[in-house]
Amino acid sequence: MKPAHLALILGFAAALAAPFYFYPVLLMTILCFVVFACSFNLLLGYTGLLCFGHAMFFGTAAYMTGLALKTTGISVELAIAFGALVAGLLGLLVGYLAIRRQGIQFAMITLAFSQLVFFFLLQSEFTGGEDGMQSIPRTPLFGLVNVDDSFNYYYVILALTILAVAAYYRIVNSPYGEVLKAVRDNQQRVESLGFSPERVKLVAFVLSATMAGMAGGMKATVYQFATLTDASWQVSGEVIIMTLLGGLGTLSGPLFGAGIIIWLNDELAGFGEWALILQGAILLAVIIFFRRGFVGELSALFRWVARKRRGDGGTPPPVQEGATATGPG
Amino acid sequence: MFEHISTQLLFGQVLLGLINGSFYAMLSMGLAIIFGLMNVVNFAHGAQYMLGAFVAWILLTTLGIPYWGALFVAPVIVAIFGMAMERLILRQLQNLDHLYGLLATYAMVLVIEGLIRQQYGSTGIPYQNPIPGGVNLGFMFLPYYRLWVVVFSLVTCVGTWLLIEHTKLGAYLRAANEKPQIVEAFGINVPRMMTLTYAFGVGLAALSGVLAAPIYQVSPSMGSNVIIVVFAVVVIGGMGSIAGAVVAGYALGVVEGLTKVFYPEAASVVIFLFMAAALFFRPSGIFSGKEST
Repeated sequence: MKPAHLALILGFAAALAAPFYFYPVLLMTILCFVVFACSFNLLLGYTGLLCFGHAMFFGTAAYMTGLALKTTGISVELAIAFGALVAGLLGLLVGYLAIRRQGIQFAMITLAFSQLVFFFLLQSEFTGGEDGMQSIPRTPLFGLVNVDDSFNYYYVILALTILAVAAYYRIVNSPYGEVLKAVRDNQQRVESLGFSPERVKLVAFVLSATMAGMAGGMKATVYQFATLTDASWQVSGEVIIMTLLGGLGTLSGPLFGAGIIIWLNDELAGFGEWALILQGAILLAVIIFFRRGFVGELSALFRWVARKRRGDGGTPPPVQEGATATGPG
Repeated sequence: MFEHISTQLLFGQVLLGLINGSFYAMLSMGLAIIFGLMNVVNFAHGAQYMLGAFVAWILLTTLGIPYWGALFVAPVIVAIFGMAMERLILRQLQNLDHLYGLLATYAMVLVIEGLIRQQYGSTGIPYQNPIPGGVNLGFMFLPYYRLWVVVFSLVTCVGTWLLIEHTKLGAYLRAANEKPQIVEAFGINVPRMMTLTYAFGVGLAALSGVLAAPIYQVSPSMGSNVIIVVFAVVVIGGMGSIAGAVVAGYALGVVEGLTKVFYPEAASVVIFLFMAAALFFRPSGIFSGKEST
């Protein structure tokens, strides 16, 4: 058996056993952010697009899922799908305008659009404004299975997370995923091969927005409320930190990044501003010293140790530079 | 349709828009200078604006230094802090993708804002108006301090524009960004020039902060509220174009003020809507500045 398969099986077993040992709501929060960070990594890590307003999809979907559950009797998984769909449509609209500018301007434009969405949600009637949307019902799964209990609902969230991560894995490793990486590394070359980079980017943006929306919808059903925080620039920044900390363009990076940040937030919840200050310090440290992130640095270390054992080559591989750092994982 | 709108309200809001526009213009000019000469999008610009206001307030309450002294001292203090940031952090990233500069300055925002909030709390602190009173123009009342803000920011913007576009120093700065090796061959210390450029941009942000203190309250979130709007202004004006940033700053401030009169619900988003329209109709910027990649 390959070590990767063993790690996968052990990880799955740990995920199944986790709610017996840890608070299920904390675990579910981590899983929601794993999906969110995967969606972000798909854009920045694989396509090279820095969206600084990803919370607009997360937050919009949280409200939309909540609205669907409050006003209709549809089952919880359909409500999440509805939220993701609306986020995907928003992604189409924003992406259509934003991909006209590249690089750094793309980041600024997406941030500005997310603020537009934030104010829209703030002023809309259905969101409850500053108070947020309260007491969202958690309807039975498929209309049959009662999931009111957090312990049971954890397994629903786990299944949805596995589904999303599998889709992410599939996209990244498909021929389309190769085109994405090619757009990231050399846009002119892709154009000369007959692809339209704009179109490739827009599809990636919509896919990413949909997945971020799925994460937002999941979170709304876990907490049974949606607030403006979900759509704020702070959350957009948080998902960036998670992705970079875990490792840009790595498959398991979002898992570690989301896990570490959510766990830290939980531990530091009673210490005022220190959670945010620490997040800033972590981001700085990652940017200056560990640009490959947790998974990237770890696998580089493993490769280095393995090569040392075989006795060939002494120095660790140089850090890849630019937002294009890739790694396995 | 709008007969019920008094001239008092109309001119009042236009003036308010011009005040906001003064801050948009000064901040987006600082952003444009730092971006144009260093290729760094300074996310911390808002935090440095906030620091300017806080330093002015701290100078007043602890050392008794009044507004007119703070207007000079606070930008210098914050600029020195900016120099340290450039040396310690931005210098490490100058050969990487520009996105890292944006992310590093974002990280600084989290640290700076968090520390200030931890120390001074989240609520706004009033700062006394140094020139109380005003003049009645017949159709509206004009407070002296607001007049001062508009005049002072205009002078600052035009002066800075002249400095960068029409002096030898400005020419060196622009050349150092285009061809650093050649400029160094002329015996000019390019890294030091970069540090000073960043410090100058940061000082401008802090100066706007001191100017803003008596109008808005001094609060930790005053910077992050304004910086995102300023990003939109810079996108509309064209990245790296100083004149574009200044003109767009004033114009959009007035547009925002007028929106408050005619359709108040849209006032907080009108600049973002303008940005969307600009992207749709003029994808490369209204004042075509330097295109970034």
